[in-house]
Amino acid sequence: MSLELKNVEKKVGLDTHIYKTNLKLQKNTINILLGSTLAGKTTLMQIMAGLDKPTSGEIWFNNENVTGMKVQKRNVSMVYQQFINYPNFTVYDNIASPLKITGVSSDETKQRVGKVAELLKLSEMLNKKPNELSGGQQQRTALARALVKDSDLILLDEPLANLDFKLREELREELPKLFENRDCIVVYATTEPSEALLLGGNTATLQEGKIIQYGKTLDTYNKPNSLVSAQVFSDPPMNIAKIKKSGEQCSFLQNDIQWKTKLNIKDGEYKVGIRPHNITTYKEGNNTLEIKGKVLISEISGSESLIHFTNGNLNWVSLSNGVFQKKVGDEMNLYMNTDEFVYFDQNERLVSNG
Amino acid sequence: MNKTVNQKAWFFVIPVFVLVAFNAIIPLMTVVNYAFQETFGNNVFMWEGTRWFKQIMLSERFHASLGRQFLFTFIILFIQIPLGIAIALTMPKEGIGVPVCLVLMSMPLLIPWNVVGAMWNIFALPDIGFLGHSLNALGFDYNFTQQIGDAWFTTILMDVWHWTSLVVLLSYAGLRSIQPAYYQAAEIDGASRWAIFTKIELPKMKKVLTIAILLRFMDSFMIYTEPFVLTGGGPGNATAFLSIDLVKMALGQFDLGPAAAMSLIYFFIVLLVCWVFYTLMMRNEEKS
Repeated sequence: MSLELKNVEKKVGLDTHIYKTNLKLQKNTINILLGSTLAGKTTLMQIMAGLDKPTSGEIWFNNENVTGMKVQKRNVSMVYQQFINYPNFTVYDNIASPLKITGVSSDETKQRVGKVAELLKLSEMLNKKPNELSGGQQQRTALARALVKDSDLILLDEPLANLDFKLREELREELPKLFENRDCIVVYATTEPSEALLLGGNTATLQEGKIIQYGKTLDTYNKPNSLVSAQVFSDPPMNIAKIKKSGEQCSFLQNDIQWKTKLNIKDGEYKVGIRPHNITTYKEGNNTLEIKGKVLISEISGSESLIHFTNGNLNWVSLSNGVFQKKVGDEMNLYMNTDEFVYFDQNERLVSNG
Repeated sequence: MNKTVNQKAWFFVIPVFVLVAFNAIIPLMTVVNYAFQETFGNNVFMWEGTRWFKQIMLSERFHASLGRQFLFTFIILFIQIPLGIAIALTMPKEGIGVPVCLVLMSMPLLIPWNVVGAMWNIFALPDIGFLGHSLNALGFDYNFTQQIGDAWFTTILMDVWHWTSLVVLLSYAGLRSIQPAYYQAAEIDGASRWAIFTKIELPKMKKVLTIAILLRFMDSFMIYTEPFVLTGGGPGNATAFLSIDLVKMALGQFDLGPAAAMSLIYFFIVLLVCWVFYTLMMRNEEKS
């Protein structure tokens, strides 16, 4: 089972919403579309589902061209950011609604709804109406509706975005299990890099209607093919600095801090990307680089400390585990893990990892 | 922590009390006063107890105008609510059509009520009015000043013309507030247009339709100006709805006592119907 987008392009008036896209999605894993709002995730999903037609290009499902085929004829289900349920139906009827339309017998419906309800912990509330449920339960109902149908393609459009933190964490852990051993293709759109990392599977990074990179989630994270892809997959944003390399010696252009690299590339100027969690208030890794910083902003979020500081006319963001209270203007030492530096050439393409 | 006592706050509340008193309570109490007494002018009052209420409740004239009132209100609700929803469903959802439709729809609502009555009076005149003349030319024997059926037909048509827009605007607002994802989800399920209407649109419009029905009920139940200008309650008493009858009694015959009792009964009927209807509609909403 596979879903393939061939040269798919979507234009609305003069605006291009999706630039020419080629993408092949595999079954039995979650395919994550990662990108900020308006990156084109929803448009892409609607094209995949058949809710929207591409301006040009083709969609192939199981080696069959399904471009322009109506969504009713495709075996698709979709879960939205908003909790979409039939307001007048009970939870049971809501979950059963896709089965009723396809004419499944009432015994089988009962059995399948019961099974899915149990999986999503809804067994107790089958007789309630959606507006009597909490947000998390409403979204579980919507998920149950998507799962009960045995769809070939399940699309989840930021399903956890409207939930509060705890419920989000809870559902995030359950979601990959729900899709295990299912003979279907799952596509999951999110704006949060951490969510993509938690869910695993494959990730496509998107920006401004273009797919930047697609591959195994960890590979996409560890080996971003370009600066843009790295930025999409980094929250808080990656630190970028210009560097100069000659022989084994590297140094920032803005200051004289130097380090050694075993990277086998030509001498010259490059850009280096450093994720905030690789700049810490303590030494981490074998090769660390000490840098003096003057604190600009210091925030503590949970058990992590986010410190913005300046050094050599550059602003840096560091993320350390633990609570470090710093005042604005404090001088302090921070440590960069040079093993985790990501090098890009002048065209912002990946050179190689350090 | 001790709360400090400061009675100065009353100064902020007093203006509202005074306003409400002059605006609502004092006039209402005057009516209550008349309803229980007999007066011959010169501020001479005699206590009559519930006599006027009994008289009104047993009066055939009141029964007749109350019957006419309910019939009229039910007919216009029966036409305006479905028609309003139907028009709202066909209105454009985006583009230049939206403001054009909204402005056109609001037009009848902006015309003063006595002007509406006068307009329709002239419009429907059998000899010179466009509607009246055309109907007669088409072979219908139409004369709203003399035939009961024609008077009702014209009054209802006028009210539908004047007020359906309100239902349209409210329904349209209700429809626009339904997120597109609902329609997509229904499309994915393969739901029919009728199923989308009954399973998504109607339930989502429930609150706004409740308001529309309440407003239309109250307004039409208290209708006065338009039929007064159009038919004057005639021919005979055929279109003398409650408020027209009430004014005749109070100012035409100067029967202040019975008229006061009638207005109180009238007021309680409106209140009761609205309360029952609203409670029934909102019964299920309370739980959540």
